[in-house]
Amino acid sequence: MALLEVKDLKVRVEEREILHGLTLTVNEGEIHAIMGPNGSGKSTLSHVIAGKPGYEVTDGQILFKGEDLLEMAPNERAAKGVFLAFQYPVEIPGVATMNFLRTALNAQRKARGESEYSTPDFLKKVREVSKSLNVPQDMLKRGVNVGFSGGEKKRNEVLQMALFEPSLCILDEMDSGLDIDALRIAADGVNALHSPKRAMVVITHYQRLLNYIVPDIVHVMSKGRVVKSGGKELALELEASGYAQFEDAA
Amino acid sequence: MNVAVAKTGNGRAVSDLFASAEGRLPGSPSVIAARREAFETYERLGLPHRRIEEWKYTDLRALVGEVLPLAAAPDAAGLKRAADAVKAHAIAGARKLVLVDGVFAPDLSDIKALASEAGFKTLRETLEKDSGLLKTAATDAVISLNAAMATDGVVLDIADGAQLSAPIQIIHIATAPSASTFTRSQIAVGKGARATIIESFVAAGAKAYQVNDAVILSVGDNADVAHIRLMDDSPDAVNVTSQFVTVGANTKLNFFNMTTGAAVSRLQGFITLAGEGSELSVNGVNLLQKTEHGDTTLVVDHAVPNCVSREVFRAVIDDRAHSVFQGRIIVRPDAQKTDGKMMIRALLLSDEAEADNKPELEIFADDVSCGHGATAGALDDSLLFYLKARGLPEKQAQALLIQAFVGEAIEQIADDDLREHVIGIAERWLERRQ
Ligand SMILES: Nc1ncnc2c1ncn2[C@@H]1O[C@H](COP(=O)(O)OP(=O)(O)OP(=O)(O)O)[C@@H](O)[C@H]1O
Ligand SMILES: [Mg+2]
Repeated sequence: MALLEVKDLKVRVEEREILHGLTLTVNEGEIHAIMGPNGSGKSTLSHVIAGKPGYEVTDGQILFKGEDLLEMAPNERAAKGVFLAFQYPVEIPGVATMNFLRTALNAQRKARGESEYSTPDFLKKVREVSKSLNVPQDMLKRGVNVGFSGGEKKRNEVLQMALFEPSLCILDEMDSGLDIDALRIAADGVNALHSPKRAMVVITHYQRLLNYIVPDIVHVMSKGRVVKSGGKELALELEASGYAQFEDAA
Repeated sequence: MNVAVAKTGNGRAVSDLFASAEGRLPGSPSVIAARREAFETYERLGLPHRRIEEWKYTDLRALVGEVLPLAAAPDAAGLKRAADAVKAHAIAGARKLVLVDGVFAPDLSDIKALASEAGFKTLRETLEKDSGLLKTAATDAVISLNAAMATDGVVLDIADGAQLSAPIQIIHIATAPSASTFTRSQIAVGKGARATIIESFVAAGAKAYQVNDAVILSVGDNADVAHIRLMDDSPDAVNVTSQFVTVGANTKLNFFNMTTGAAVSRLQGFITLAGEGSELSVNGVNLLQKTEHGDTTLVVDHAVPNCVSREVFRAVIDDRAHSVFQGRIIVRPDAQKTDGKMMIRALLLSDEAEADNKPELEIFADDVSCGHGATAGALDDSLLFYLKARGLPEKQAQALLIQAFVGEAIEQIADDDLREHVIGIAERWLERRQ
């Protein structure tokens, strides 16, 4: 069943069109990779799916489990199971990571009509997840992402993903800034979450990540469109010959 | 002899206020004479208005108009409501001193427990002998009015070297609607003493009342004192409080105010650093909504060399509310090596919210390090979006960021339980805007 359907999406930012009619379908259980040159609109697409303000959708639609995603507030999308691991996670001074995680998890559960976690249950869950992802407890005591290294911020994103158990995980360059060990651990975390009901969209510049998270389908984005889709061998092809051949196609 | 009768902004004869209260005001004949003199000063000046520089942003004539008649002493029903309010607002473990409608309530207070650690009298008792407590270092119309009308207050004497085992909480409770209360307290902390004093202002059923409070605090050398004021009066009340603080040498004074109530409020503090080597930390939070007007005006006077003062002010302003922070740091010619810093930040939650932040430095010494800053802005959209993308509804996301914003001032409160109590009041304010 289709989890995410992006149909002929046109998006403007500050009077400039960035996405020029983008179409993408992600089915349950699938892993998709999106590759493409800098500025081709990968983060823009992920932001529009998550509901970031400042983007004007001038045409097309986005359906999530058949529902119109663009009609929902960002928090409703999160509660329905959309998760974006940001390329550049923000720092939130004064908001303790633990407090943030619990508030967010319980807000999502409440929106879905599920019971909220008690403090001991929550702590147990966080401890499990952070242990499996090798995230030190001490990081969770600090303000959200405050003073985290680039790699630590990315790990915190994967931690949230594992905690919230979303059905659609979009990972925007989660590999940038991660050292080799951290990359393997984070990829293991993503793979552990993979299930027949859940789909992953992995945005990356590097074929290496796709050795760990093996995609079913690879898309090439250029100038605001998906210009080619194929199997995982497409990533190897890109690694060898670059994007030049696709720039013309766009 | 005919006495000229001053008029308020709306033409009503104000002297009724004093005449009708006079028989109920405590004090020896000399005290009553001092009160009458103070009232004449008030009558001559009238309520402060915007053409008086210090009151430029808080025009009491326009905002309040008239001073309500003196509240009657609370009746049995009022005292019952007050007892419930004490339960709701008491800080666990603190020794309570309760003033109901401007009158000390011994049955609601912990006088016995306090007696072993601090000297205690009521203002009423003190004024039977001496009018000294009606005099203050600075004066203006509202302070004069307070001197004229003060019915009661607490007079605390914390001896040299005393180490209070529990905080003292002075709770002001209003049960009488449409009336004024006038209270005046004195707290003297001896040399080397250690004390935490909290003042809470709350309503027990009363609306549209007016509070005029004055506090005279002196802190001896080598003392370590926290003074925390939590003004959570009814949203249609008026609260004007004047504080006079003198700090000795090598002391640590942590001064905190949070305003979460009252339609119109003004806290004016006059803090003099009178002994060398002291450290003063002054922190203020204004949480304002609807059409509330909250003014915190503090003068920190470095009268001697080698003192440090740090001021952190945070205002969160919603709807059409108006926050005023005026912070003046005075460095006298002798006060070399003064280190004084002040930072005021306002968070505007609506387009119609208003902030007047006025930091001022008056420096008369040449070897000092002083600075101030003031900012005003909205919540950061990118942070809000991050929180919403993780499932937090708008108001909840805002609440987390607002708590973080005021946290920078609240975290200066060292005691964990007390800090949690203060955070609890801020959270209730946040819930009121959900
Ligand atoms: N807020 C904005 N204002 C103006 N232009 C923007 C804004 N956001 C994105 N753009 C532009 O949109 C285009 C697509 O940007 P986007 O961040 O989506 O690219 P990307 O494919 O994620 O690139 P990268 O690989 O470098 O992360 C770029 O030209 C960028 O400059
Ligand atoms: Mg990007």
